[in-house]
Amino acid sequence: MAAKDTVAATARPSLTFGATWKYAPAPEDSGQVRIEARYGLFVAGKFQPAKAGRTLPVVEPATEAVLAEVAHADAADVDRAVAAARRAQQRVWGPMPGAHRARYLYRIARLIQERARELAVLETRNGGKPIRESRDVDVPLAAQHFFHHAGWADKVHLAFPGAVGQPIGVIGQVIPWNFPLLMAAWKLAPALACGNTVVLKPAETTPLTALRLAEILQQADLPEGVVNIVCGDGGTGAALVRHPGIDKVAFTGSTEVGKEIQRTLAGTGKDLTLELGGKAAHVVFEDCAVDQAVEGVVRGIFFNQGHVCCAGSRLLVQESLHDLFVEKLLRRMERIRVGDPLDKNTDLGAIHSRAQLDKIRGLVESGVAEGCTLHQPAGALPAKGYWYPPTAFTGVGPAHRIAREEIFGPVLSILTFRTPEEAVEKANNTPYGLSAGVWTDKGARILWLAERLRAGVVWNNTFNRFDPAAPFGGYKESGFGREGGRQGLRAYLRFSGSFRQG
Amino acid sequence: MTHAPEVRKTYKLFVGGAFPRSESGRSYAPAGAPAVNVARASRKDLRDAVVAARGALAGWSGRSGYNRGQILYRLAEVLESRKDSLVAELRACVRATPAAARREVDEVIDLCVFHAGLCDKVQTLLGSQNAVAGPFFNFSTVEPTGVVGVIAPERPALLGLVALVLPILVGGNVVVALVSEPAPLAALALGELLAVSDLPPGVVNLLAGQRGELQPHFASHRDLDGLLAAGAPDPALGQAAAESVKRVRHADLAAAEWSEPARLRSLLWVEPFVEVKTLWHPVAF
Repeated sequence: MAAKDTVAATARPSLTFGATWKYAPAPEDSGQVRIEARYGLFVAGKFQPAKAGRTLPVVEPATEAVLAEVAHADAADVDRAVAAARRAQQRVWGPMPGAHRARYLYRIARLIQERARELAVLETRNGGKPIRESRDVDVPLAAQHFFHHAGWADKVHLAFPGAVGQPIGVIGQVIPWNFPLLMAAWKLAPALACGNTVVLKPAETTPLTALRLAEILQQADLPEGVVNIVCGDGGTGAALVRHPGIDKVAFTGSTEVGKEIQRTLAGTGKDLTLELGGKAAHVVFEDCAVDQAVEGVVRGIFFNQGHVCCAGSRLLVQESLHDLFVEKLLRRMERIRVGDPLDKNTDLGAIHSRAQLDKIRGLVESGVAEGCTLHQPAGALPAKGYWYPPTAFTGVGPAHRIAREEIFGPVLSILTFRTPEEAVEKANNTPYGLSAGVWTDKGARILWLAERLRAGVVWNNTFNRFDPAAPFGGYKESGFGREGGRQGLRAYLRFSGSFRQG
Repeated sequence: MTHAPEVRKTYKLFVGGAFPRSESGRSYAPAGAPAVNVARASRKDLRDAVVAARGALAGWSGRSGYNRGQILYRLAEVLESRKDSLVAELRACVRATPAAARREVDEVIDLCVFHAGLCDKVQTLLGSQNAVAGPFFNFSTVEPTGVVGVIAPERPALLGLVALVLPILVGGNVVVALVSEPAPLAALALGELLAVSDLPPGVVNLLAGQRGELQPHFASHRDLDGLLAAGAPDPALGQAAAESVKRVRHADLAAAEWSEPARLRSLLWVEPFVEVKTLWHPVAF
C-alpha cells in the first residue's frame, strides 16, 4: 500500500511501523481451541443438522480459509425451533420462578468467564477482530450481560412500579456479524430474564461463538428449547421474522433490513425493537484535552475495524483547532498496527468479509472522486485475507457520500464547525441518531450540547463505552427500543393497558 | 314576535394557532349533525399542520415541566368554564344523555389536571442513573420523539382525542391530530379553547375529515416521527410508516375500556413517544 498521505507527508517525516522498528509477534495460542469440521443447528437442546442437509462455509477473514461448515436452516428448521421455544415457554420457562431463572443465567455468566479465552480466540478467528478486543471487551461484556440480567430475573416486578409486566412469549432475534457473541448476550440475557424463550439467528458469517454459547447452555443445564439457534443467511432470517409462531422480533443490523422487518410485521400486532445503523459525530471543541480527544476519536472509529453501528465516523472539529488536531491524529494513525488479529499487539484486525471490503473501497473511492483529501499511513498489509488501512479524509463537506452514508469500516470523515449551534446542526444532519461524542472542558457546554444532539447515547470526553446497566439504542432511523438497564427490560415485557405495536 | 333564525357556525381546522378552512375548499356535514358544516382537511392541510407542529417543537420541549404543567392546568380551568357548550357540542353529533355527555367532559377536565401534574415527573419516573462498572457518571433521560400524529377514535369523540393527546404532550412532543369523523364538533371546539389557554401555537393541531383519505398520508409523512392510531393494527398503515422507521402504536380499546380511569392515566401511554438518551462522562480526571 503506497503512502497516500498527500497533505501532511511533505510537512513532516512519516513513521512506518515494521520498517523503523520491528515488533516481535505476540500471537495468542489458538491451537487449544478446537473447531469442528461441521456444526449443527441448536434446537430443543440438541445439535442437529438442517432438515434439508444444507450447509454454509464459515470463512476466517484473516486467512480466507474455511474454518467449518455450518448447518443452513430453512423454513422447516425455523418451524421446529419455534415449536420447541413455544413448548419451553409454556411448560417450563414461563411458569418457572424468577429466582430459578436467575440461577441458570448466573451459571451461564460464570461459564462464559471460565471459557473466556476459548471464546475470545474463536471470536477473533471467525470475525477478524483483534484478540485484544475480543479478550478485553466482547467476552467480558457478554458475561456481564448475563450476570446483570440474572439479577433482574427475580426483580422484574420492581422495575416498573404500579405495572406488572408479563413475558411476551417466543422472541425471534436476528443479530449481526460485528459483535457475534456480545450481541447474542445483549439479546438473550434480558429476554430470558423476563421469562421469554428465544429463537436466535446469528449472522451468516459468524455462527461459531453463538454455537459455542449453545454448548455452554447445555453445560448449564438450561432446559431444552429455552434458547434455539438457527444459522443461515437472510432467507433464514426472513423465515424467522415471518413465522406466525413468534410474538416479537428483536433485530440488530442495517437500517435497510430493519425497515423491511418493520414492513413485514405491520398489522400483525407483534412487538418489535430495532437497533440499526449510525453515522455518529464526534464534536471536538478547541478547549478540549487534545491528546485525550485524539485517543477517543481513534478509539471511536478504529475499534473493531470500524464495524460498529455507533462508530464515531464523522469528526466535527472546531475550525481553530483543525490543523493541530488533524496533525496529531494522522501521527497517531501511523502508530496503529494492522495485521494478524490473533497477535496481542494488533490494533486493527481483518475486515470481516470480501463484501464489506468492497463496500469500504467503493465509498473511499467516492470520497476521492468527490474531491476530499485521503490520508492513509504507509505500511504493508498481509497478502492473504481482507485488510484495509486506517483512513481519514479531510476537506469533507456535509453533502459528500462519505459524510452521509454508513461505511462500517476504518474510515473517518473530518469536517469543521465554528459555533456550537453549527456543530449541533451538522451533527444532527443525518437520518441516523444512534450515538454522538462531545469533547470539551466546559461542563455547561457538554450538557447544552448533549441536550440538543438527537442520539440515543452521548459519550462526553469518552467514546464507545458499553455496560449492561446503561440503556443503548437509537433515535430516528437508528431504530427504537433500548438494550440494557431498566429501560431495556421494557422490550421483553407486555403490560395490560399499553398500546399495541405493529 | 318571531325569533331571528339562528347563526349557524362552521367548524374550522386548528393549525398553528389559527383556524383555517381547508385549503381544498371542501367541507362536510357530520353524520349526526347534517345542518353543520365542518372544514374537510386535505393532504396539504396535513402537511401545513406538520410544518406548524415542527416549528413549535423546540419551544414546547424546551419549556420546563413546571411550565408545561401550568399550561395544561390552565386548559383544565378554561374547560371547566365552558363545560356546558362542550356538552351541547358532544350531543349535537352523538346520541347521548346530558348526564353521559357531562361525564365525558368531566373526565376530560380531570385528565387535564392529572397530566398537568405529570409534566415535571416524567424524568424522575422514566429516567435513571445507571450503575456502570467503571469510573463514569452515567444517566438516562427521556426526550420527546418529536412530531406525533394522532388519529382519534370515533367514540368517545372528545375523551378519546384528549386521552391520546395529553400523554404525548406530557412527553414534550407536539401533535397533529385527526378528530372523530362523525362527531368532530366538540373536538374542534376544543381547539378554540386550546387557543386561549396559553398553549403555544402549533403544539396541538386539529384536523377534521375522512380517516380513509388522510390516514395513509399520516402514515407515509416522513416528518411525522410517531403515529398513534385508534383501532386495531393496520398493515397498510404500518407498511407506509416503516419507510421512516416511524414509531407506530395502536390504541385498540373496547368501548367500555375508555371509561376505565386507570387505563387513561398511565406512564404506559407516555413511554411509547419518548426516546431514552444515555449520557456518559468520566469521573476520574
